[in-house]
Amino acid sequence: PRPAPRADETLAQIPPPRPPMAAAASTMLESLPAPLLRALRLKTKQQELLLRVSALALIYVLAFAVRLFSVLRYESMIHEFDPYFNYRTTLYLTEHGYSEFWNWFDHESWYPLGRVVGGTLFPGLMVTAALLHRLLRALSLAVHIREVCVLTAPFFAANTTLVAYAFGREIWDSGAGLVAAALIAVCPGYISRSVAGSYDNEGVAIFALLLTFYLFVRAVNTGSLAWSLAAAFGYFYMVSAWGGYVFIINLLPLYVLVLLVTGRYSQRLYVAYNCTYVLGMLLGMQIRFVGFQHVQSGEHMAAMGVFFLLQVFFFLDWVKYMLNDVKLFKSFLRITLTCVISVGTLALGIGTASGYISPWTGRFYSLLDPTYAKDHIPIIASVSEHQPTAWSSFMFDFHILLFLFPAGLYFCFKRLSDATIFIVMYGLTSMYFAGVMVRLILVAAPAVCLISAIAVSATIKNLTTLIRSKSKSPQTTGKTTGSKAAAKGAVDQPLPFQHNVAVALLLGAFYLLSRYAIHCTWVTSEAYSSPSIVLSARGHNGGRVIFDDYREAYYWLRQNTPTDAKIMSWWDYGYQITAMGNRTVIVDNNTWNNTHIATVGRAMSSYEDEAYEIMQSLDVNYVLVVFGGVTGYSSDDINKFLWMVRIGGGVFPVIKEPDYLVNGEYRVDKGASPKMLNCLMYKLCYYRFGELTTEYGKPPGYDRVRGVEIGNKDIKLEYLEEAFTTSNWIVRIYKVKPPKNRS
Amino acid sequence: VAYMGVVGSFPFNSFLSSVLSCIGSAVLAVCLRIQVNKDNKEFKDLPPERAFADFVLCNLVLHLVIMNFLG
Repeated sequence: PRPAPRADETLAQIPPPRPPMAAAASTMLESLPAPLLRALRLKTKQQELLLRVSALALIYVLAFAVRLFSVLRYESMIHEFDPYFNYRTTLYLTEHGYSEFWNWFDHESWYPLGRVVGGTLFPGLMVTAALLHRLLRALSLAVHIREVCVLTAPFFAANTTLVAYAFGREIWDSGAGLVAAALIAVCPGYISRSVAGSYDNEGVAIFALLLTFYLFVRAVNTGSLAWSLAAAFGYFYMVSAWGGYVFIINLLPLYVLVLLVTGRYSQRLYVAYNCTYVLGMLLGMQIRFVGFQHVQSGEHMAAMGVFFLLQVFFFLDWVKYMLNDVKLFKSFLRITLTCVISVGTLALGIGTASGYISPWTGRFYSLLDPTYAKDHIPIIASVSEHQPTAWSSFMFDFHILLFLFPAGLYFCFKRLSDATIFIVMYGLTSMYFAGVMVRLILVAAPAVCLISAIAVSATIKNLTTLIRSKSKSPQTTGKTTGSKAAAKGAVDQPLPFQHNVAVALLLGAFYLLSRYAIHCTWVTSEAYSSPSIVLSARGHNGGRVIFDDYREAYYWLRQNTPTDAKIMSWWDYGYQITAMGNRTVIVDNNTWNNTHIATVGRAMSSYEDEAYEIMQSLDVNYVLVVFGGVTGYSSDDINKFLWMVRIGGGVFPVIKEPDYLVNGEYRVDKGASPKMLNCLMYKLCYYRFGELTTEYGKPPGYDRVRGVEIGNKDIKLEYLEEAFTTSNWIVRIYKVKPPKNRS
Repeated sequence: VAYMGVVGSFPFNSFLSSVLSCIGSAVLAVCLRIQVNKDNKEFKDLPPERAFADFVLCNLVLHLVIMNFLG
């Protein structure tokens, strides 16, 4: 079902009951032949309401349904790595209650340091899922918390479409709102992080983001305290859900600044921003993870600066109102401005220099300076989602929205108001950040959908108005309400092919939108619906072959190791091991302690005896590695190995990256460097691999990912022994032997 | 605030909550006065009862959060 194109077409023909802006409304009303349609207007209103509600309902169901591919194909399970931690915490929350959860100290991860979970996570997602679970239980639908977790993201995506509709209606009119809802329901940029099973912060965070922005724009438009309060609550939900709230707390002051600079200061703005900022800041500080960052961290200082600037503007406005003398006011203005600017810069300077205001953290600084992370913080640079975006990703995730975006910007500039300025700023800033980091395409998706919706809606409205006015032109000339209608009638007459061209363009728009819907569904089905924990490939006869090795390994750990066993692996798998294997890990995906990760990296890249000492110091019992050479699975530990070297080498200068490369080239075959051929990771991955024939016609020990025959086939392990290898050799577990009784 | 300046800001959340309580109340009062003032052309169609109701609601939320934050 493709409700979007049909809804645009029919709705643009019928005037909306709520006149959006005075000018547009009057032209619409004047183009109607008054005596004929006035009798039908009531029925049209009801028709229009019915159409709108049914279109929204269909969009809601569509947004939910398009994200369910993986549940239908595999089973209802949690995907990827991060969601496993969220799932584990939600499970803990439902079992132990809220105050236990808030004060939870987790000793099963980051052995031997442990982790203060209550103070280092964003609780919004877990609390939401737990509340939904409790609500469903109260309605006596006994569902397991895992089902709720899997389906939370699609549910919130459907809610986001509703918010997008309201936002579009606020900015432009209800037609644009409907198109925005339809576009965002299937936009691949958003689907990628909110598919069923992807139980991650972004699923609810984008909903909170759009909600906050909508409420704030509404507050600025109406100037009422109630909407500002709602915006503050929306902001609180956003702070509780995702670290990306920093985007909101910087975009809002930037927007206020732009409004001030363009001379659009108004008291509505003053009321809205003040109330939202103070209440939002207070509410934001209730989350332990955020703490006092709103007053102490450099990333939040812009909001405070603009807050004080607004007070100054208000003060000046008030003084201007009191004083009747223009010259006196001008000199007063000059004095005040110089005073304020000097005080402001002095305060900022003292604060930054004395270290009270902490500078921008590495995560956000690398957004402003993309080269920073590669040189200074290799662990941020190593995450694949943090790489700069390629054009193909943009096209893949946005399709026709890419060229509708500039068109929408044009329309926004034609009709500038406080609301359209906001959406333009949101769109431009989020597109810039989306260009810096692939992961942030998600944040840009709602802006792009909204702006494109404006373009689509305005174009289609113009086209259908042309069609309608041409067909009803004998009646419009009869009624001379204003000069506009007469002028329009006079202008329309001389163009003969206008009707046909308009119809052709409408059909073209219809075709484009339907191609967009097809593309999005295809993208979702092919690219974004795979749970990374279960791999599938096509066998020789075309049937689907499923590799469930990860879960096999984790369940082996759960059932065959002592309960206090400690597992060392690379940090990618930490969350999954604790959630499914229920064992203590050394490092996991939280990556808050770089030295600890570097220690593991060093252990993996040293010779076996040095690594054994490190493992003894960390009380490691089992080591887990991921190896893709048999199946051709390319995100295995050998491909990630250079990052281990870099991160380890960043903290321990003993590990030098050139030792593992040959002429700058990374090789695993006979020509590889001796350090590479004998390091722990190599030995653990390729142990006994030299005897295995992986492909027909190739020598034994042929690595299918790297495409070479491995160099060191005769591997002997002295301090470790093989405990388990999964059926496709993807996960390999080794037991660390206790020290010998006689040394 | 002067007290905190002298003693040091150890229970920082209490200090912060009191400062923000003062600022917040001031801001809300100003907003109420703006909205009720008959000379303001932008708030012509806002009935003063609604403005006062909003003011009360916001103050309620403000003080609830302050009390939670005081520790």
